[in-house]
Amino acid sequence: MLADVDATVLENRRLSEHYSVLVLDAPPIAAVTQPGQFVMLKPAQGSDPLLRRPFSVFEILRGPAGEPAAISILNKRAGVGTALLYDVEPGTTIRCLGPLGKPFEAVRPPAEAWMVAGGVGLAPFVTLATRLEELGTPATLFYGARTASELYYVELFEALGVRTVLSTEDGTRGVRGRVTAPLRDTLSATPDTTDIRLYACGPTPMMRAVARLAADHRRPCDVSLEQVMGCGLGGCYSCVVLTTLPGGTPHFVRSCIEGPVFDARHLVWEALEG
Amino acid sequence: MDLSVSIGSLRLANPLIAASGCFGYGVEYAGAVDLAALGAVAVKGLFLAAREGHPPPRIVETPSGMLNAIGLQGIGVHRFVAERLPELRRHGAVVIVNICGTTIDEYVELARILSDAEGVAALELNISCPNIKEGGITFGCSLTGTHAVVSAVRKVTRLPVIPKLTPNVTDVASFARAAEEAGADAVSLVNTFLAMAIDVETRRPRLSNIVGGLSGPAIRPIAVRMVYECRQAVRLPIIGMGGIANTTDVLEFLIAGATAVQIGTANFVDPLLWSGVLEGLRAYMERHRIGAIGELTGSLDTSRREHAWISS
Ligand SMILES: Cc1cc2nc3c(=O)[nH]c(=O)nc-3n(C[C@H](O)[C@H](O)[C@H](O)COP(=O)(O)O)c2cc1C
Repeated sequence: MLADVDATVLENRRLSEHYSVLVLDAPPIAAVTQPGQFVMLKPAQGSDPLLRRPFSVFEILRGPAGEPAAISILNKRAGVGTALLYDVEPGTTIRCLGPLGKPFEAVRPPAEAWMVAGGVGLAPFVTLATRLEELGTPATLFYGARTASELYYVELFEALGVRTVLSTEDGTRGVRGRVTAPLRDTLSATPDTTDIRLYACGPTPMMRAVARLAADHRRPCDVSLEQVMGCGLGGCYSCVVLTTLPGGTPHFVRSCIEGPVFDARHLVWEALEG
Repeated sequence: MDLSVSIGSLRLANPLIAASGCFGYGVEYAGAVDLAALGAVAVKGLFLAAREGHPPPRIVETPSGMLNAIGLQGIGVHRFVAERLPELRRHGAVVIVNICGTTIDEYVELARILSDAEGVAALELNISCPNIKEGGITFGCSLTGTHAVVSAVRKVTRLPVIPKLTPNVTDVASFARAAEEAGADAVSLVNTFLAMAIDVETRRPRLSNIVGGLSGPAIRPIAVRMVYECRQAVRLPIIGMGGIANTTDVLEFLIAGATAVQIGTANFVDPLLWSGVLEGLRAYMERHRIGAIGELTGSLDTSRREHAWISS
């Protein structure tokens, strides 16, 4: 059930000059969030900035009795809203609407789940990895960042039993270069008989490359898109992406309610910004 | 305490209406909002045929407001009647259908189809969308065009006819008068203000359509002034809108001369605002001993104006 909570900021963990993890006291949202769903946050009170921003639910945090108590979001400072959220102090209240959007469908064993994350695109994968662990699905995380200090929460994934394959553009940790390189190699080295589903989130060029690799290797691939959204509920038609079904004509659909998770084959990749 | 209002033959339980284009087809909100508790729902602008609209980016945030150039993406009237209308009826919504055409014949055809459909409470004629080149706003920017569309639709429907006026004209009151003379049951105003934003780093427009419509709190004082001017010019009920976000804003429009109001952009920010705004209206009426909300319409007190000048 959808809730709009005046959530108290319990913690704002600044991971670097650009990234922070904001922990929000939002039990009704924590209780029902599915992997890959998002919330709409109002970065400041008043009308400037006016609109809420969409954020993937990063973690679902539990209270002393194991009850879902809080959610966190992974925030990268990029514009006015994210800068305000980066600076927010514990004790502040932030309006938080959610959970929203279509969740990831986690595959079950014997199928394997391969998650591919670039930068802040790590955000939807903690909830997915948690679900995969519950299902006993073998999981791998291909995770790339600019530099070693921007690879976050790797231990958290490892604690969930996820095999991690890391890459950095400057070579300070893992494979040097883009995350798609180790993904390509691993796909090529894996027999067709292994049932794999890919899940990708990150910059558009990265997701486009993952989608192409998935198509080349005939692997199903779900991507989580991060479009600018006005409302998150299907009211404004601003977050549309061009999709096409086999044999159909391209058609704009709202990524807030038809997504943010899409089958990569249904997206018209040339039409996506970035 | 009587919160109900009349728009022509249409009686609304309260004066709060979800604004067209800001509430999808209404059904999107059924899980979050009790649609039957709203005065009415104005659904997203409909053409006869389905439309894809403009490519993204379709919105950009501006100080206390936003620009949009959605381009009226929509499913077309036939699918609306077949698929969305029955669902809206099931939820008990009072449905105002916002219609757009490129020719007068299209408005007439839309009015005919919707008059035959069950569950349509009124027609709002969108002659004011700034985001599409053909039709629509060309009628809304010409007095003869406004008169022609309204009288043509008037002839083919018994539903209340509510032309929606653009603020992008010199004298909006003269358009309200043209609508009244052509047989409208009410007017709604304002649609968005034609506007523009530029990314100076790339020197590109921030919207794919280059220009778009400004909405939100930034436009509210101008919209209030326009409602006030129309109140002086016509006897028709006025549905006021533009930047309404809370009870005080609603009251401002009512006092300026509106009978009912629409809430658009604020619904994006605060989709569950409706019950709180209604509660606020009740509290205000109690505090000011107002029995019926209609007493507020056009109740602006300008009597102390001269006195204020003399003493300053
Ligand atoms: C994203 C968006 C889409 C809109 N679409 C329509 C539309 O389809 N038909 C229409 O008559 N007005 C449309 N409008 C205008 C609103 O109904 C309203 O007149 C305007 O936004 C001012 O009110 P507000 O400040 O409360 O949003 C749209 C506005 C926005 C922001």
